[in-house]
Formats: sequence, C-alpha cells, structure tokens
Amino acid sequence: MNLIVPIKQVPDTTDVKINPQTNTLIRDGVRSVTNPFDMFAIEEALRLKERFGGKVTVVTMGPPQAKKVLEEAMAMGVDDAVLLSNRAFAGSDTLATSYVIAQAIKRIGDFDLIVCGKQASDGDTAQVGPGIAVRLKLPHASFVRKVRTVEKRSVVVERSADDGIEVVKMPLPSLITVTKEINAPRHTSFAGKFRAKRTHVPMWGPKDIGCDEAIVGLEGSPTWVDRIFTPPMKKGCLPMDATKENIAKLAGEILKR
Amino acid sequence: MKIEVIKAKCTGCTLCVRECPVEAIRMLDEKAVIDLDTCILCGACEKVCPVDAILFEKPTRHSKEDLSLYRDVWVFSEQRGGKLADVALELVGEGKKLAKARGSKLCAVLLGHNVSGLARELAFHGAERVYVVDSPRLERFSDESYSQAMVWLIERHRPEIVLAGATAMGRSFIPRVAAEIRTGLTADCTSLGIDAKGNLIQTRPAFGGNIMATILCTKSRPQMATVRPKVMKKPARDEGLSAEIVIEVPGDEILASRQSVIDEIVDAAKGPSLQAAEIIVAGGAGLKK
Repeated sequence: MNLIVPIKQVPDTTDVKINPQTNTLIRDGVRSVTNPFDMFAIEEALRLKERFGGKVTVVTMGPPQAKKVLEEAMAMGVDDAVLLSNRAFAGSDTLATSYVIAQAIKRIGDFDLIVCGKQASDGDTAQVGPGIAVRLKLPHASFVRKVRTVEKRSVVVERSADDGIEVVKMPLPSLITVTKEINAPRHTSFAGKFRAKRTHVPMWGPKDIGCDEAIVGLEGSPTWVDRIFTPPMKKGCLPMDATKENIAKLAGEILKR
Repeated sequence: MKIEVIKAKCTGCTLCVRECPVEAIRMLDEKAVIDLDTCILCGACEKVCPVDAILFEKPTRHSKEDLSLYRDVWVFSEQRGGKLADVALELVGEGKKLAKARGSKLCAVLLGHNVSGLARELAFHGAERVYVVDSPRLERFSDESYSQAMVWLIERHRPEIVLAGATAMGRSFIPRVAAEIRTGLTADCTSLGIDAKGNLIQTRPAFGGNIMATILCTKSRPQMATVRPKVMKKPARDEGLSAEIVIEVPGDEILASRQSVIDEIVDAAKGPSLQAAEIIVAGGAGLKK
C-alpha cells in the first residue's frame, strides 16, 4: 500500500506574539515546525505501511528551508520525500497550492491513499486536502478520526460530523484528512535521523511537474490578503467577590444581552 | 509583480521595518532589505515609506470572463436529517445585507430528500428565492454528490457570492466546490462586507487567532466563503414572508458518489451542547467556594 502525505512547515503558533507598540507579529526566535496536524497524518501513513507493506512519501511546498520538515518525517520512518520550492510558487493560495501538490503527486505516481492533516495551524483553512482530491479526480473524506478497515480496493473510515460520527466507505485510491483523535505520533529515531541526513531530497519546480505557471503563485491565486491587523481588544475584566448578590447581578446582566 | 528597495532613495528611517506585519524587512548598512522568502507581498511597507523608496508592483488582475454576468448572493442551507442548521438562517440574515448592498437577491440552496418544507422556513427568515434539489441520493451527506450538485447549480445560475457554514459538512465539501469551479474560497470568516468596487470583503482570524486578515477575491466569481456558526445574528422569523421556490432536477450522473455513508453514530446527549449555547459562563481559579 503506497501512501503520500502532503505536509506543511508552519511557524510555531503558540510562540507567535504581537508587539503592542507596532501591532506586528514578532517573528524573531519563532521556530518553524511541522504543522502539528500533519504529524498525525505521517503517523497514520506509517501505521498503514507497517500493516500492509508499501512505502510512504512526504511532499511539501515552501522555501528551501522547508526541507527540515521532510527530514523530520524521514526520521520518523518515512521512505521518500519531495520538496516543491520555486519563486513561482510563492504567494499561492489554497487553490493554487492544491494544484501544485496534485501535479507533484501525479509525478510521484503509483499510490493508494493520500493522507493529509485536517488543516494547517497557521491558515486553519482545511481546504488544500479536498482541493488536491478534486485535481486528481479522487473522492475524499475530511476530519477522519479512525481508519477502520482497508481492503484491496476500498477503505472504511470514521469521520467527525457536528452531531457525531459518520462511517464512510470509499474506493482506493482516495484521500483522507485526519484529526488528532486518530493516533499518537511517534518520536523520531536516531537511526531515522541518520538516514534522513543521507537521503537526497529532490527539489522540484514548476517545469519538473508540468505546472501551468499562470495558475500558481500570487498572481495565479484567486484570493489574496488585502490587510493584516491585530484583533480589537475586548473590554477589560471586572473583578468582583463571589457573593450571592454579585452572582445574581452578573447573571442578570448576561441574560439581558 | 515584484517588490524591491531602491537603495539610492532609502534614508534608513526604519518605518517600513516597524510596519511589516511579518518582520521581513531588516536594516543592512542603514538601508532596508526585504527577505523575499518571508515577505507576503502585502505592500504595507510601500504605503508607509516617506520617500517612495519601495517599488511594489501589485499583480495585475484581469479576468478572462465578464464578472458582471454573475449576480445574487447564495447561502448553502445546511440540513441534517430534515433539520436546518442554525448557521443557515444566520447566513440568510447576513447574506441579505450583502445582497442589498449589491442590489441583488438573497437565494438559499437546499439539498436533501423530502426537504421542501424547509424552503418555507428559509423564506420566513428572509430568503427571496430558494433553489431546491430533492433526491434520495442526497438523503445522506456525501462530499461528491453535494459538491457536484452545487457546482451544477452555480454554473447554471452564476451567483456572485456563495456562503456556507464553517461546519464539519461545509468545511469538507465547499472546498471541493471552489476547486471544481477554480474560484477563491475563504475559510472561517468572522466578518463580511462589500467594498467600494463591489467586492466581498472577507475577514478571518489566522495564526490561531493572533491576527486578523482581510481577504479579497477580485478576479474570479463566485466569491466563496465559509462563516463560523454563531458569529452572525439569526434574523427575526416572519411568517408573512414568502420566496420564489425553484425546483431543480440535475441528472443522476451529477448526484452520483463513489463515497457512501454506511453508518451514523449520533452522540448521545451528555447535557447541553457547548456548540449550541448562546452564552457560555466559565469560572476561573479566582472563584472561591
């Protein structure tokens, strides 16, 4: 069973702080990490490989230093990695990114299941996974919390719905995006790190994957960021003693809103 | 499209360094230097530079298509098991404001089986037209049949704006719709508006809510957005309101799906649901007995 896991390098959001004087993001000393949701995707792919054989390939799009997340994935046990890095890709929105990754997956070829994290922790869109599925004309299931059974030509998964769980059957090849309930990601191993350092990671640009450059990058993206700002501060706190009168007063005020 | 510092003009005032939202600008030998790998091409530095030392060519965005062919605001009216999601009604209210600003109609789209009764409920909350696709193939949610039905309707009627709830369902299949149509989609919006040129202004949190971003989709239509439940206000219900009901019948191939829901496990109620609450009161460590 061959698996492909598209991953993303993101700033460690818990570290992102705003400079109150300038209202800008403080990026100094902010680490870049593998998108936390992608760790569950890598782990699930590794588990499926361990059960059914085959291999796991990770692919990421980003600046050259995004190679780090590919090395980390290989240190966890992933077999192959591909870096998509080129000035032409810069500024791609979710539609353009889905296209680039889908083109790369076409070149990697021969796969049964694509496993994505449910969303990236910086953009939170959850749009690239389904977008890749559309470009590859595959069915997909988002927010998968368990892979129940895998057969030669089909997969049965549990996905989270707003009111519970849906059990979904899909043919292979197909695509899933996974949530944190699905597993507990393993740590990197020393042997894995050693292997990752010795493995050559190919870097592909638009020509290597047959991209139409008119629909990638900032100019090829339908959406673009017009403005970034700090969320307005909510009104301050009103400390009060927890007396019965205060509680009754507070409850009254809340209900009036 | 490019961005660069004209070194001869730069006075080293560092205003751009402070303005850059992603800290992509550094001073080197008293001149600003932009790190293009970090730069998000927002143009904030160009606006703040007092000596016009930053050259920023905005991408030219021209469409192959005439965007004026697209009109009306659509709301995907999510229902599960014959019950309308609250967010569908909230979006009817919000969408109607946008339609008013654009001088067009608010239309609801209802997909499901035996759901035509819900069309009236959408009308009572302000929908002016309701497109209904009623088929046993839509009884249970499937990403493929729902997205194909939406794509078919959008290509037939060309709405200018399409809104959907940022629910598990909306966040799963709406990205498929946008990808099929090759148009822009903004996830999890918390505020919507119309700018002077008639474009949809979409505001959403990013970086785990640490910053807000305003997103535009100026060169393709429809402009699509998912909106978080409970952000918009549900409009008042008025049984005196009515809507034009349009029954649409796509071919079976449109509603076909390779994916099937074989079982559903509905959460047994464990007290009131947090998601459905209007107000949440939480206690902190400062609370005493």
